[in-house]
Amino acid sequence: MSQAVVTANDLSLTFQTNDGPVHALAGVNLSVAKGEFVSFIGPSGCGKTTFLRVIADLEKPTGGEIKVNGVDPETARKARAYGYVFQAASLYPWRTIERNVALPLEIMGFSADEMRQRIARTLDLVNLAGFEKKYPWQLSGGMQQRASIARALAFDADLLLMDEPFGALDEIVRDHLNEQLLKLWDKTNKTICFVTHSIPEAVYLSTKIVVMSPRPGRVSDVIKSTLPNLRPLDIRESPEFLKIAHRVREGLRAGHSYDE
Amino acid sequence: MSAKGKTIPVLTVISVIVVIWYACVVWMNAPFEYDKAERAGTQIGFSQLVSNTMSQQRPVLPAIHQIADEMYKTIVLKNITSKRSLVYHAWITLSATLLGFALGTLLGILLAVGIVHNRAMDKSVMPWVITSQTIPILAIAPMIIVVLNAIGLSGLLPKAMISTYLSFFPIVVGMVKGLRSPGQAQLDLMHTYSASTAQIFWKLRWPSSMPYLFTSLKIAIAISLVGAIVGELPTGAVAGLGARLLAGSYYGQTIQIWSALFTAAILAAVLVMIVGFAHARVLKRMGQKPEGAAT
Repeated sequence: MSQAVVTANDLSLTFQTNDGPVHALAGVNLSVAKGEFVSFIGPSGCGKTTFLRVIADLEKPTGGEIKVNGVDPETARKARAYGYVFQAASLYPWRTIERNVALPLEIMGFSADEMRQRIARTLDLVNLAGFEKKYPWQLSGGMQQRASIARALAFDADLLLMDEPFGALDEIVRDHLNEQLLKLWDKTNKTICFVTHSIPEAVYLSTKIVVMSPRPGRVSDVIKSTLPNLRPLDIRESPEFLKIAHRVREGLRAGHSYDE
Repeated sequence: MSAKGKTIPVLTVISVIVVIWYACVVWMNAPFEYDKAERAGTQIGFSQLVSNTMSQQRPVLPAIHQIADEMYKTIVLKNITSKRSLVYHAWITLSATLLGFALGTLLGILLAVGIVHNRAMDKSVMPWVITSQTIPILAIAPMIIVVLNAIGLSGLLPKAMISTYLSFFPIVVGMVKGLRSPGQAQLDLMHTYSASTAQIFWKLRWPSSMPYLFTSLKIAIAISLVGAIVGELPTGAVAGLGARLLAGSYYGQTIQIWSALFTAAILAAVLVMIVGFAHARVLKRMGQKPEGAAT
């Protein structure tokens, strides 16, 4: 087993609200190894986004332990261990695409020369070369999300945290971006944690699928994918793919998520 | 296209105002003419009455052409260094306006930055900012002038202080909203980069606040001019548009009052237009989507 990038031990997080405590995460045990592509799937309120935010040090756990690259999330964040891709591209409308990608580089104090190289390299990686001078509004939704992925890749973090990055896009664009993301993952050897609502997306992309259930948010099943690393889009019609998708669906059903 | 579409409505409104204005001129100035005719023991015909009401020395309401004539004489014909030149008086008021506006903008932005970044300031400053605007400026203006005079400040600065007092308010309110306008996702993004407070301010909060700033600036520049004029009223100032208004009212020179008023209105319009122009320039430089562009 290769080195663990994320390990969670009996992790729990309870939000105190006016309607009483909400158990967003309870007793989560999980480990993500280097180079894995892990999808988190489950109904709303199952804590998949919260778990990603805990890894990113955007939320503090109230119990248990979590390590990112062997240290606590805050230290990992300060060491620039991860790039985060939000559901909305959240590009700055007043910056061109290249200046948006430059944003983390400026903050982290890269030299101008280094910035230029990295911008060119990452925009190339997401097939946005030639769009450097465009403003976000001049790009389609899919292209904007690719630019935001480029922004997360620009400073070479080994871990990529993606929170439903393609959730707002239509199916055709989503298929295309899924394919591109797999190629990118294959090329860069990153570890990716990917939150999604879509079963086909989770099965198509992942080496490991974490099925979660709500109230309290917990892991109900962890499925290792048996699909090969090289995955053409039509693999989604293969019996093996359907078998994994079926098990994910069973896992979601077992979490009683459709009763409420 | 849009400019052409606006011309006819604007011209219609203006001509309606002009018609109502002249009707009022006849109606309001007529009693004086009737009085005069009665004292002279003569009858006055309607056409004579109309023509007389529009050429009085000190009409209750001067006709627009009388005001225009006075403005032409005092703006174009007079040497601009003359004490009778409206350009001279407008400049006196304008310099106080601009100084007060600059100070007000600076003060407003500094307060907003403090309110957004400091919890104690957030809780304590805003109520005072709002309270400051509930005090009638006419009541506080003479006190500001007197107090500043007592410590040896006179002339431009006290008037500018009144402009500042009025103009910092819209800036504070607008900028607090503007600096807080970035969404949670954008702040989270900065957090994942471990950005410092200063970096978050300059790279996110400040650019996000630009539309709010310029909206506030438009209000602030107009209100600054009002402040400067008000500052000239209670102090017996000898120069400035406010002084012209005051002198005009002492001597019943209604034409002089109205030309000073019109000059102030034109000045305000020009100042607001300049801010609007700067707004458009800044937004264009920030890559704003042109209006009507396809997404």
